[in-house]
Amino acid sequence: MSDAAPFVRIVDVLKRFGNAPPALDHVAGEILGGRITGLVGPDGAGKTTLIRLMTGLMVPDAGKVEVLGFDTVTNAADIQASIGYMPQRFGLYEDLSVQENLDLYADLRGLPLPERVATFDELLEFTDLKRFTARLAGKLSGGMKQKLGLACALLRKPRLLLLDEPGVGVDPISRRDLWKMVENLTAEGIGVVWSTAYLDEAEACDSVLLLNEGKLLFSGCPAELTARVAGRVFKVSGIAHGRRQKLARYLDEENVVDGVIQGEAIRLVMRPDTKPPGLNDNPHGPSAATTAPRFEDAFIDMLGGGPGGRSKLAETQTPFVIENGRPVIEARGLTKRFGDFTAADAITFDIPRGQIFGLLGPNGAGKSTTFKMLCGLLKPSAGEGRVAGFDLRRDAAEARNRLGYMAQKFSLYGDLSVAQNLSFFAGVYGLSGARKRERIQLMIDIFGFGRLLDMSAKDLPLGLKQRLALACAVLHEPEALFLDEPTSGVDPITRREFWTHINGLVEKGVTVLVTTHFMDEAEYCDRISLIYRGRSIALGSPDELKAQVVSAELPDPTMEDAFVALVQGSEEKEAA
Amino acid sequence: MWWTRLKALIVKELLAVLRDPKGRTVLIVPPILQLLVFSYAATLEVTNVDVMVLNRDNGHWSQDLIQEIDGSPTFRSIRFTDNPDEVRVAIDTQKVIAAIEIGPTFSRDIEASQPAEVQLILDGRRSNASQIVSGYLSRIVGTLAANTPAGKRTAPDAVSVVARNWFNPNLTYQWFMVPNLVASIALLIGLIVTALSIARERELGTFDQLMVSPLRTHEILIGKLIPPMMIGLFHITIYILAAVFIFGVPLRGSLLLLYGSAVFYLASVVGLGLFISALSMTQQQAILGAFLFMVPAMLLSGFATPIENMPSWLQPITYVNPLRYFLVIVKGVFLKDIPAVEVARQTIPLLLIAMVTLSAASWLFRRRLE
Repeated sequence: MSDAAPFVRIVDVLKRFGNAPPALDHVAGEILGGRITGLVGPDGAGKTTLIRLMTGLMVPDAGKVEVLGFDTVTNAADIQASIGYMPQRFGLYEDLSVQENLDLYADLRGLPLPERVATFDELLEFTDLKRFTARLAGKLSGGMKQKLGLACALLRKPRLLLLDEPGVGVDPISRRDLWKMVENLTAEGIGVVWSTAYLDEAEACDSVLLLNEGKLLFSGCPAELTARVAGRVFKVSGIAHGRRQKLARYLDEENVVDGVIQGEAIRLVMRPDTKPPGLNDNPHGPSAATTAPRFEDAFIDMLGGGPGGRSKLAETQTPFVIENGRPVIEARGLTKRFGDFTAADAITFDIPRGQIFGLLGPNGAGKSTTFKMLCGLLKPSAGEGRVAGFDLRRDAAEARNRLGYMAQKFSLYGDLSVAQNLSFFAGVYGLSGARKRERIQLMIDIFGFGRLLDMSAKDLPLGLKQRLALACAVLHEPEALFLDEPTSGVDPITRREFWTHINGLVEKGVTVLVTTHFMDEAEYCDRISLIYRGRSIALGSPDELKAQVVSAELPDPTMEDAFVALVQGSEEKEAA
Repeated sequence: MWWTRLKALIVKELLAVLRDPKGRTVLIVPPILQLLVFSYAATLEVTNVDVMVLNRDNGHWSQDLIQEIDGSPTFRSIRFTDNPDEVRVAIDTQKVIAAIEIGPTFSRDIEASQPAEVQLILDGRRSNASQIVSGYLSRIVGTLAANTPAGKRTAPDAVSVVARNWFNPNLTYQWFMVPNLVASIALLIGLIVTALSIARERELGTFDQLMVSPLRTHEILIGKLIPPMMIGLFHITIYILAAVFIFGVPLRGSLLLLYGSAVFYLASVVGLGLFISALSMTQQQAILGAFLFMVPAMLLSGFATPIENMPSWLQPITYVNPLRYFLVIVKGVFLKDIPAVEVARQTIPLLLIAMVTLSAASWLFRRRLE
């Protein structure tokens, strides 16, 4: 086969599961050798289905997939012999050591014994796991697990490497490492498919297939897509206060396609040949400058723009008075030890009323532990946490009546219908009679559940599940909202809608604690605590954190740059 | 306020079981299977027996004996042989369960008023059935003996036994089994539904959601206990109806007493289920744990074999088995009009067991939250 021939040819593929709308709706595309092809889209877009079709583990309902010249239906075995596949949760055996996992996969893939020593050596060098060969796979961090998974997939050098969401659960630093490794592979001519829900990862790919709800929206070089919005992306700065209200007003403007908060500034995508409105009159007022477009800007533009800026939810919220009293959420030296391992070490911060506070950090750094101690799910080994002045351990019920909680994974009752879920949460929070009916009806109107009331919650599409989770969390008008990675995997439109509601509620005096590893989400926060290895290594507003790492090479660091630099700085300090 | 919360939780628990296809299966399939299997298939009666006769006698007494056996409804067929080896083979290959060997002088001995002998060979591998068959055959031989000239002579002096079975005059097997099932189905359902409830929430990640709600720990416990008890009472009711209207078991005692004690019985069962649930991390573990408890509980209850027959060191273990006490009550209410005092005497241990299991479960439950 010549170099120019594509490694994978996807021809008008249709795949359907049950009666649901097609998981892949007439998708076509090509994947070339020697480059990274991004398979991009929110959860449920059809990424995993497409990868599984390429492996020959699944057969398309219509159309065909050709991998390395073989048809996936008739020659699946030939394909499987020459590809490497890393599923979303790679099948590592957690009770085996790193070396034992490698041995096992070498056996399974039939790697000849004489080649093993050299191959293992090379892969362990490559993945930087040499020091950990004796460690149990279950004890590795998320990033190290992915690296080991990658090593196992590479045992017999494949011609095509399929990676299903390798970036999930991996902190930005490991993600960069992983990316570099994969880049090195492409230099050897290997074709790589990297599927992701993170649109910033898409930007770095050589080419992308952008999927949304089973449909192919774009196929080609990501720069080509972002170029479509070039000159239409503006950064509005100089609006220290009221940036949330400002954003809401912008989003309702006719010519504004999309808008998000970026620290102290607002990022806007405008319709062609328009400028952000209302900036001309005051020289001391806000100013706007064009800025480099990003993949996400173009994606939203392609979907026809983000939602408006009004939050009906926030409009019906009774405002909480912003008094100059004590903070709504307080953490005082929160410490949690599991045996001799300190998961959270003397975490201290407080959140005044009407602010968003973010806990940012890699997986396993201790942000979830801190979060759980504050909402009363874990008992601190030392220190105390208070919500609305109540200690969560002692006056738990009082405090809990005032907080709304939204968990990381969809954690409503899947077998209950939408209406039953709403009714249950209303009841649990003590709403009854007319008030219960009123609040539930309000949620149904705001979130558009009208036609879905009898549907089991587990059958809802992801975006609607997320809305239902928010509705259940705010039914009782809580003073404080606890959001644990609230929008991971959700499509960017739903994510904007979600933040519109949160921003609106915050303006009404609701206080929000959010954990996230989404850098975009961190930008919405008033203040952030960066948690690393159980300690808070930096605390400040997003812009303050970014300012801390400004250097000659990085004049305008992104949140992710700041994150990486601060974590590395903390490691150096520890090593010194 | 607390009632609103609790009601929401109870409704949710019931819906979670009823709307989950797996949950519905648990509620419908095992009860039907249990009813069918135990009341029709797992019968302890011995019927449809095949026997072999090796008759070396030519007199009419042996013919009389064979006719008696042939006429008895217990025996399905009689095979005849004159070769002792065939007897061995027939029993060995389980073609017959018993063989009757009648000696060459049988009729002559009877006529001569001398002791006559019949040899009975039984399949000891099927000990229980063999014993019963032996009993039937002995009775037939005994009747025959009473009609012999010698027998007739002694008859007026002999002691005659007249057996009368109280409560179950015809010893109908189902009268004994179906009331037992009322107790065992409540054990099965109560245990499984409870064991699954917390494990299911853990698995789905909804448990945290409950824990951050204003529900207090004891409210969650109560909310987790009441729905399985309601489901258990429902199944008890269905089984009582089936017992009376399908199987024709008489209901002689007070339903009020039955239901009253059932509440305590279910409380103790559900406490155990909750204990298992708090220990298990997944639904699979919970189901396994429930069965690990249930099998010995059934065997050590007097369900199939009388507790008095168990070795004395084993008997004390049955004191902590709630099924043991409730079986007495159910059978008492059905087959005889059990007095309230006796029901109370059986209910007190149930109350004690419920108190222990419920407090142990709530202790473990609270501890697991840390």
